[in-house]
Amino acid sequence: MSSPLRTPVGADTPRSNPDVRLSVEQASYVYAPNPAQAPLFTLEALSFQAKPGEIVAILGPNASGKSTLLKLISGSLEPLSGRVFLNGFATHSLPPKTRAQRIALVQQESQLLFPSRVWEFVMQGRHSHSRGLHFESQEDVTVASNALAQVGATHLTDRWMDKISGGEKQRVILARALAQQPLLLLLDEPTLHLDIGAQVDLLESLRKLAAQNRYTVVVVTHELNLAGEYADQVVLLQKGKCLRVGPPAAVYQRDLLEQVFQAPLSVEMTTSGRPRVTLFSDK
Amino acid sequence: MRPLTLSRLLLRCGILAAILFVVVVIAIKLGAVQVSLYGLGRDLIRVLLGQSSSISSDYGMIIVDIRLPRILLAIVVGASLSVAGASFQALLRNPLADPYVLGVSSGAAVGSIVALLIENQLSFSPAFAGLFTPLGASIGAGAAIAAVYFLGRRDGRIDSSTLLLSGIIASSFLSAIVMFLMSTLSGGNLRGYSYWLMGSFSTLPPPSLLYLLGIGFLVAAGAIYTTASDLNLLLAGEKEAMHLGVDVHRVQIVVYVAASILTGLAVSVSGAIGYVGLLIPHGMRLIFGSDHRMLLPASALGGAIALVIADTAARTVVAPSEVQVGAVTAVIGAPFFIYLLRRGLK
Repeated sequence: MSSPLRTPVGADTPRSNPDVRLSVEQASYVYAPNPAQAPLFTLEALSFQAKPGEIVAILGPNASGKSTLLKLISGSLEPLSGRVFLNGFATHSLPPKTRAQRIALVQQESQLLFPSRVWEFVMQGRHSHSRGLHFESQEDVTVASNALAQVGATHLTDRWMDKISGGEKQRVILARALAQQPLLLLLDEPTLHLDIGAQVDLLESLRKLAAQNRYTVVVVTHELNLAGEYADQVVLLQKGKCLRVGPPAAVYQRDLLEQVFQAPLSVEMTTSGRPRVTLFSDK
Repeated sequence: MRPLTLSRLLLRCGILAAILFVVVVIAIKLGAVQVSLYGLGRDLIRVLLGQSSSISSDYGMIIVDIRLPRILLAIVVGASLSVAGASFQALLRNPLADPYVLGVSSGAAVGSIVALLIENQLSFSPAFAGLFTPLGASIGAGAAIAAVYFLGRRDGRIDSSTLLLSGIIASSFLSAIVMFLMSTLSGGNLRGYSYWLMGSFSTLPPPSLLYLLGIGFLVAAGAIYTTASDLNLLLAGEKEAMHLGVDVHRVQIVVYVAASILTGLAVSVSGAIGYVGLLIPHGMRLIFGSDHRMLLPASALGGAIALVIADTAARTVVAPSEVQVGAVTAVIGAPFFIYLLRRGLK
């Protein structure tokens, strides 16, 4: 294909920096029922960049625009203005198959119409790497079993998807994303239905995966402490506005977080240089 | 981990094809006139050798001119309806989808009759006229599924029970139109209201239409089969499939058009035979799992086996008279539908 979208945009732009994998450049979006009416929600233009191996947390209260931003990054929405580039390609313009080879998205829960085995589910991640009738090759089997091993779910391989626990399911969904062998791993509220131990397990394995496989990881969350502990960068959103972008230690300021999350809290630094947030009641 | 391989796929299909062959032989043997297995074998070999003319006996005539075409018709219609059912189930993400239940068959019946009416008004060459009814049926099927799809959508999502209700309403509405149109139709093309309502193989189409039916089936089912692994992902939802690399819109259009053609072809030659597209894919899923690469060919062969058996029952149980094959499939299919519905609602 020789369409312009396959050609990296010129080298005179800031994204020519080879260290930068994901580059969000003045991307904005507006939800409106029709152009004549006032928009229901606006995500104002925002920018940030991420390198391979980095974990970025998109943080904010409900209705702050976190999921919209994730959709812009994943390419399922086209930005109203600005662009989102992955290795120099606009994510929205990638053909579905190419996009799936580069970007994997972990959503909250997959609904299953008919039961399938865990390994069949993980194998779905190999779809974008195969052709024709998609008979799985030995390589696909290897990649899928490695993906299951990386999330510590090898023992689940032959179980049914509807017969495993919520935490196990979350890990299997992550394994399917890893089987896509992406450059960019996106997670939408991955800790939502997990107990605290499973949350820490998941983020711990994300940190390991980002370091080992050089994924760029973007996590949408409203868990202040998990983001503070595990993210390299935090993008703080409120009502469709990007307030801060930076390392947690710089973004986590008491006044700012109190104002964004509408709750009294305190911020301390731990010995590892990570911020820790404590919420307390008004009275 | 045991992914599906081509050889396993072919082996399983081979077993089903062998079962189909045995069923066909038994179906040829059974009937109002008894045929000996020896005479049958001798005559079949003669047919294969292209020496049909040398078959002198009346038995031969019964086999070659009456039972065999009817069985071939049952095979193609059964395969078409099953593949269409499996496709609609994946496309609409609804395990209860079936061309008959969704009103698609009734839409095809209306399309067929409208095509017949137009045919009577204009005088087409016979070759084109043969093509015209299945074409009208396919368009009717496509229009019906489009209408049911949009009626079944709520807040941008397909709601399972709304979809089924829309299908049932569409079905009864379209059946009323069929009844109305039947009263305006007269002459040689008149096949009777109950034919369109329940389906029957008692009226054999001309051989040219049989060929068209076979070719149409191969093309449409082949087109659906190219999307088999995309359909597997589509079961998880449109968004998820897109993120896994499926070109969702292309797959939806291919499957939607091809499944409408399959339904249209089947209905234009045999009327609306119900529940085959529901029962067979479910049975095959229980045996082979829900991978569409296996499910689609298994459904085609399973649907063929089931309709040959059902039609044999239809013409032998009350011999020398016969019941409609659609009555046989409904007697078995409707309770099964209720069972699935109850299980799904829990």
